[in-house]
Amino acid sequence: MTDDVRPPVLQAQGITKVFGGVRALSGVDFALGEGEAHALVGENGAGKSTLIKVLTGVHRPDEGQVLLGGEPRSFGRPLDAQQAGISTIYQEVNLIPLMSAAQNVYLGREPRTSFGLVDTRAMERDARELLDSYGIDVDVRRPLRTLGLGAQQMVALARAVSIDARVVIMDEPTSSLEPREVRTLFEVIARLREQGIAIVYVSHRMDELYEVCEKVTVLRDGRLVHTGDLADLPRLELVAMMLGRTTSEMSGSGVTEFGEEAHTQAAEPVLVAEHLTRKHEIEDVALSVRPGEVLGLGGLLGAGRSETLKAVAGAMPLDRGQVSLDGKRVRSGSVPAAIRAGVVLLPEDRKAEGIIPNLSVRENIVLAALPRLSRFGFTSRRKQDAVVRTMMERLHIKASSPEQPVAELSGGNQQKVMIARWLAMSPRVLLLDEPTRGIDVGAKAEVQALIDELAREGLGIVLVSSELEEVIEGADRMVVLKDGAVVAELNGEEITEERLMAALSTETALPADPGAPPEEASRG
Amino acid sequence: MAEATVTSAPTRSTSVSGWLRVYGVYAALVVVLVINLLFTDNFFAVDNFRIQLVQVVPVLVVALGMALVIGTEGIDLSVGAVMALAAAVIPLWLGYGVVPAVLVALVAGLVVGLVNGGVIAFIGVQPIVATLALMVGGRGIALVISGEQLKSIQNQDLRSLGTAEVAGIPLIVVIAAVLAVLVWLLVSSTTYGRQLVAVGGNRRAAELSGLPVKRVLITAYVLCALLASIAGVIGVARAGASVPSTLGNLIELSAITAVVVGGTPLSGGQVRVWGTVAGALLLQLIDATLIKHDVPDSYSQIVQAVIIVIAVFVQRGKGVRS
Amino acid sequence: MSAPTTASTVDAGAAAPTRRRGEAVAELFSQHGAVAVLVLLLVVGSLAFDTFGTVDNLSNVAVQGSFLAIVALGVTFVILTGGIDLSVGSVFALGGVLAAYGSGGGWLTAILLPVAVGALIGLVQGGLVAYAGMAPFIVTLAGLLGARGLVFAITDEGNTTPKVKSEAFVSLGQGHVWEATWPVVIMLALFAVGWVVRQRSRAGQVVVATGGGEDASRLMGLPVARVKLGVYVASGMLAAFAGALNAARSSSGVTTVGVGMELEAISAVVIGGTLLSGGRGNVTGTLAGVYLLGVIQNLINQVGSLTSSIQSVVSGGFLLVVVILQTLLSPSRKT
Repeated sequence: MTDDVRPPVLQAQGITKVFGGVRALSGVDFALGEGEAHALVGENGAGKSTLIKVLTGVHRPDEGQVLLGGEPRSFGRPLDAQQAGISTIYQEVNLIPLMSAAQNVYLGREPRTSFGLVDTRAMERDARELLDSYGIDVDVRRPLRTLGLGAQQMVALARAVSIDARVVIMDEPTSSLEPREVRTLFEVIARLREQGIAIVYVSHRMDELYEVCEKVTVLRDGRLVHTGDLADLPRLELVAMMLGRTTSEMSGSGVTEFGEEAHTQAAEPVLVAEHLTRKHEIEDVALSVRPGEVLGLGGLLGAGRSETLKAVAGAMPLDRGQVSLDGKRVRSGSVPAAIRAGVVLLPEDRKAEGIIPNLSVRENIVLAALPRLSRFGFTSRRKQDAVVRTMMERLHIKASSPEQPVAELSGGNQQKVMIARWLAMSPRVLLLDEPTRGIDVGAKAEVQALIDELAREGLGIVLVSSELEEVIEGADRMVVLKDGAVVAELNGEEITEERLMAALSTETALPADPGAPPEEASRG
Repeated sequence: MAEATVTSAPTRSTSVSGWLRVYGVYAALVVVLVINLLFTDNFFAVDNFRIQLVQVVPVLVVALGMALVIGTEGIDLSVGAVMALAAAVIPLWLGYGVVPAVLVALVAGLVVGLVNGGVIAFIGVQPIVATLALMVGGRGIALVISGEQLKSIQNQDLRSLGTAEVAGIPLIVVIAAVLAVLVWLLVSSTTYGRQLVAVGGNRRAAELSGLPVKRVLITAYVLCALLASIAGVIGVARAGASVPSTLGNLIELSAITAVVVGGTPLSGGQVRVWGTVAGALLLQLIDATLIKHDVPDSYSQIVQAVIIVIAVFVQRGKGVRS
Repeated sequence: MSAPTTASTVDAGAAAPTRRRGEAVAELFSQHGAVAVLVLLLVVGSLAFDTFGTVDNLSNVAVQGSFLAIVALGVTFVILTGGIDLSVGSVFALGGVLAAYGSGGGWLTAILLPVAVGALIGLVQGGLVAYAGMAPFIVTLAGLLGARGLVFAITDEGNTTPKVKSEAFVSLGQGHVWEATWPVVIMLALFAVGWVVRQRSRAGQVVVATGGGEDASRLMGLPVARVKLGVYVASGMLAAFAGALNAARSSSGVTTVGVGMELEAISAVVIGGTLLSGGRGNVTGTLAGVYLLGVIQNLINQVGSLTSSIQSVVSGGFLLVVVILQTLLSPSRKT
């Protein structure tokens, strides 16, 4: 820290934060210089958001302290941090969509007339001047929701800055912006830095980081991996650090329960998806799976992997594109249609999108297959029990009885219940989104072995996992996504960490200026 | 090991309120009965129980449907208006016989249920406003149909529906019991019932599992309205008159209270049919107890208000957890 | 990859203005539709019926609607925060009875007693909603039953109808200021205050922000819980005060008034363009909504051959159309 030219405006020293026995952060240091743009990167569970929440007073650290301008500060709530000059812009614009841009900028601190009433005219004038000064031209009286997402993001920024901010934390600010809006945002960031305001920039878009930031801090599994100048750091090395690898380290095999050999595959793909497109999510994604094949989807967080799976499973409406099974087109945007065709999705967020917490293990398993296990609309306990017994034995689901509420099971067993729900439907293609996240080591090995076994039995499987070895060892073929588009396809022997990282760290052109031709402006 | 401790802890901490939520209503029912056994003269008489049961029937039948709707995380304020509609159409069709008249009353319920369910499932209007509109408009239509007239029912078949007995038990009590069993069967052992509970428990997960969520929702509102129209028919039969202006007034509030007191959470995902039955009985008996002890009606209303707040407060633990 | 991108960019560019214009129309309709329909009805009514446009008839409509309007004013603020208040009808009746009892101590007690009790009821309800996190619907449902129970408890089960004893207080309900009766003047004054609070006070901004996005409001550091508590207190006070005024007008505290008034108030608020989910709406819309319902009723009476129950059919239908339009046009539906 001593060789830092500028004095740190915001500092975190030895921050440790534990949630229910899990260390989200262990002894993390972070220093932000005045007028500095500092990238904060890391994969899922790295501790980025926890660190931000500690810095902004949402969480209190268990150990360590936060220093603002060299003085230790303890923020009890977000408002305290805000008043001390630390503003945050969240990924989802956290403003009031029905209120006007001007109201949003000044909410809670509106200029008032001498009678104590809100001075609407002054408020609108100030808001206009403020936004103008950043080169943002919007009608400040219009409800926020009628403005584009980019403009909304700018209003959030204007609000953040106008509270005499010394530090602005931006969490994925460009995730829903048009290329032109990204350009404006970068210009605003440059202006802020000129005024001495420091920026913490969280993004998964490698190209943006290199363009905007001078410093970088890499977190992995709650620990500080690296902090230093960004320009000196080769992209490949940055990606390797995020994924917990060194570039020299060779990929060791046998870490997972996946078999060594590739699965025997039929020639014809069972599932073909083409031109899957949804604005701001995915762009012209194509993939195919053969029976008995495990197709891995590679990519960093936010690359569009989950969105691609949702698109294939009919769980996300598409602007364009189609999915066909055995050459027959599946009605898009309909989950029941996809399930009827034999395409099923194990969603990433088990709690919000998977389990029905108030129902038993048995009922969660038979949920989708219920109509098949019924006669004249009456459920058949006998048929259900047969299926449930088979599934619980086959998947080694540990529960006190099939009647135990599923919410009481461990994460691993809940996940197996989810898989059982789909196997009861005898699917053709299984889409697995993070099948081993948040489950213990033993269950993880079982799930991996199961995926292998299912592929051997002729199921087509699409696998998304943020654990590198899992996709690399599990996949027979891999499609690599970056910023919502396919950037590479790797086959068999080509699936190595080096090739994957190379694909992930390829530079893509950033939009040069607002007038750039659409080829270049396609994706930020 | 560590995981096991983590998962068992919340279960234990909520077990007391969990027990109260599930069995509290039965315990309360027993307490009320014991208090009456000790302190109320002539409470434990066949006649008294017959009166109590007959009086609870309309609320109970409506509450059964309400429980289904609440199980989907919805609410139906239009049930009282549906009763009024049923009452209004019966005299018009009674000339063709009891069966056509009752069928038309059910059709009126069906239509209201379809409108409620359609507006909620397809357009996405909040259940409380959608059904509020039909609550206001439905009774208006009932009054227009009836010309705001009280019509006494001369048809003996229909009147006997309200007075007949089966093996010494009033027929309408038997009907209510049969309906309760049917709703219980529906919830516990039909595909539809389990899907309804799943939709209320986690709508997104139900959608991703390919369940026909919209159809489940519409059906719930239709069933609720059908049950309400049955309650309307029973109300007309018992009174021997069609009085659309007052029949079923405020019954939605009593029904919701019975469901909530019976342990069905407003957050959906569970339908406690017998709890609802016990909840309706409990409210009826508390009312009767207070009346027998010459406690003014006003206090029983205040007591009811306090019971609602306590019942929901007890359930709050569950809402926080899930 | 470049071709589809170009296409989609062009699409977005072409679609945006149309949608924006559509939204602007929708916005205009939902915020001022009630006023427009009200004006239309007044014009049509005056042309169709000789007896409608008279000063007598219209001032009658104005007085009759003024009590509901005061109640609906409070409910507007509750709904703006995304809540609901079902207790206002009972509190209205309670306010009337308390005013009649209180009038023994002069016109000031006749006002202060009900308003204080209304505030207390609002405080309990608001506390349970804002700090105990209970559903507004259930809390105020209990309030509806409890407050009505209280009315009967203090009136010998409704067998006594307390008379107003203060002449000054009676004249507050029946007297005139120039051409207008006092309740109308008071109601208009309250709406003026309500307008200022809604449009021009910081608290009003927080009310709207809370309903428009509770989590975002908290993240912005706005006093969400305090404002929620405040709106229930205001709603209780206004409902009780309206009840007191009504007692002054009828010279007695009638125990049976206000049944179903909560529904009328909610209907008027929603018809006036306030989103039931909160976050948008204004008090002028509510005023228009109240008098829209009042004028419809009056017109139906003018026709004579129509029964007055047509009125609830019309208001129910109107309500349904309004909420369907609101939902269809709301931004959260863009999937």
